[in-house]
Amino acid sequence: MTSSAAATRTVPRTIPTPPDQPPRARPSSFDTLLHEPRAVVAGGIVLLLAVIAVLAPLLAPYDPEALDPSASLSGPSAAHWLGADQLGRDVVSRLMFGAQLSLQISIESVALASVIGIALGTLSSYFGRWIEMIVMRVVDVLLAFPALVLAITVAAYLGRSVDHIALVIGIVYMPIFARLSYAVTAVTRRSEFVEAARALGASHTRIILRAILPNSLAPLIVQMSLSLGFAILAESGLSFLGVGVPPPATSWGAEIAGARLTLDKAPLLVVWPSIALGLAILSFNVLGDALRDVLDPRTRRR
Amino acid sequence: MQRYILQRLVVAVVLVLGAATLVFLLLHAVPGDPVRIFLGDFATEDQIQAVRHKMGLDRSVPEQYLAWLLGIVTGDLGTSLAQNRPVAGLLLDRLPRTLELTLLSILLALVVGVPLGIGAALRRGRLPDVLLMLGALGSLSVPVYVSGTVLVLIFAVGLHWLPGSGYVPFEQDPLRHLSLLVVPCITLASHLAASLARMTRSSVLEAIGQDYVRTARGKGLAETAVLVRHVLRNSLIPITTTVGVQAGNLLGGAVIVETIFSWPGLSSLLFRGIETHDYPVVQGCVLLISALFILFTLAVDVINGVTDPRLAAGGQT
Repeated sequence: MTSSAAATRTVPRTIPTPPDQPPRARPSSFDTLLHEPRAVVAGGIVLLLAVIAVLAPLLAPYDPEALDPSASLSGPSAAHWLGADQLGRDVVSRLMFGAQLSLQISIESVALASVIGIALGTLSSYFGRWIEMIVMRVVDVLLAFPALVLAITVAAYLGRSVDHIALVIGIVYMPIFARLSYAVTAVTRRSEFVEAARALGASHTRIILRAILPNSLAPLIVQMSLSLGFAILAESGLSFLGVGVPPPATSWGAEIAGARLTLDKAPLLVVWPSIALGLAILSFNVLGDALRDVLDPRTRRR
Repeated sequence: MQRYILQRLVVAVVLVLGAATLVFLLLHAVPGDPVRIFLGDFATEDQIQAVRHKMGLDRSVPEQYLAWLLGIVTGDLGTSLAQNRPVAGLLLDRLPRTLELTLLSILLALVVGVPLGIGAALRRGRLPDVLLMLGALGSLSVPVYVSGTVLVLIFAVGLHWLPGSGYVPFEQDPLRHLSLLVVPCITLASHLAASLARMTRSSVLEAIGQDYVRTARGKGLAETAVLVRHVLRNSLIPITTTVGVQAGNLLGGAVIVETIFSWPGLSSLLFRGIETHDYPVVQGCVLLISALFILFTLAVDVINGVTDPRLAAGGQT
């Protein structure tokens, strides 16, 4: 509330202290990331999963919906590397197409959540007043619901479809981005370079797009990486509970739910999609952790 | 302190009010006529009007909103369409079972996660620490329905130590009631225990590096006393805060756990409500689960205020 007054008071400042190193010596964040073994491994797995997902129609040995009753619940074999499910559908093919849908929903929902959340958070922090009042109270209320419960309810009201699931998960994660970018902007907008831009007569749009957003990005990128993992988890949870991806489409969560029905006869069927799911989530988590360490100046290695 | 608690209480009440508004808006903002969806395609106009009247949907929207808020205050959350019973009564039947499951899981997570986190911090960088932190990250990456399935496979199908799923009232058979809770609680606690271990480790490490710990050691205080009085005392806030932040995931996880283990808590009521399009039941469940979450957060705020009086004195929201 008093921040705008405080900001104008702090205009005259001493010259910033010179950097403690020549600029050339400091590696870029990306280079630092490449020297983190865990980041390279996690990033590699994410990339591999993305390639598999995109190329699923070319790579999959079978049509994921092709039924072969003679192979029903068969274990791993030369014909079906990871076996076949109760209806005799090839597990490898279903996992590949499942990767497609899981990643697609995860990316769509995080894109939705981050774009809307960052816009609302930044604007409400920058302009304050009634925008801040309304946006942050709505965010508070949305965060007062356990995410999965809110997602289940909205999904139930909207009806089952792939787009609805992405929308629902986006809505659930939007407040996290709004609150984070609100907090980050509250710090950035008081900084000297924003003050300088304002003194030069830059418009609000220019200040937000050129000064505030680029300098708020680091924690938001970390959050995006973590959220991609959470979104996969949320999607699989919804599909597992039967309010997610509608059949015949499949995702990892739907595969696990289906395999649970034949748990006593073919326990391995639960294992494969669980490994895929766990690996994807773990990779996004590790990548997020590594990004945080690299982008956070407090922990950055000099 | 009283002022701080009162302040948190007001915030909590406002949040419940907001949650109630959102739950109300959901029914009205979503496309489609809930009454027609509930009754199906073959309902007659008379039936539709009757249900409409029963849900109060024939009144104006502001009137409905006021009636909804008044009902929450007086404990009247409407009548279930499918079961023809007051929603509040249905919720009260289920609430203790969900509370039992979640509170026992929090307890279990604290008992397991905090000591492991301390242990890891004290052996920083060595094998136990590395293994433990990898395990914690791994546990966080496994969805509860997978870990639940695996635990059932091990303990119920493989070893026959514990029953797989179901529910028996405590009064009827206390031992069986508790044995049915074991696997669901372990499943639900796994994520919280992992988060707690990670958080405890980092806050203990931070506290150990502080000057007051060096001073305490310097004056010859025994290592256990340093650990308990100085290090742990100062690591408490991040631990309670983690429980508060994770309470949402815990309540969401409880939905899945109750489904897997056929535990008849709030979630199965919510699910039956969703399946039968019983909207008053859905509204009541969502509101109560959200109120529980807000209550957990309030409790954490108050506990934090008591452990660290600086928080209460600062009076910051």
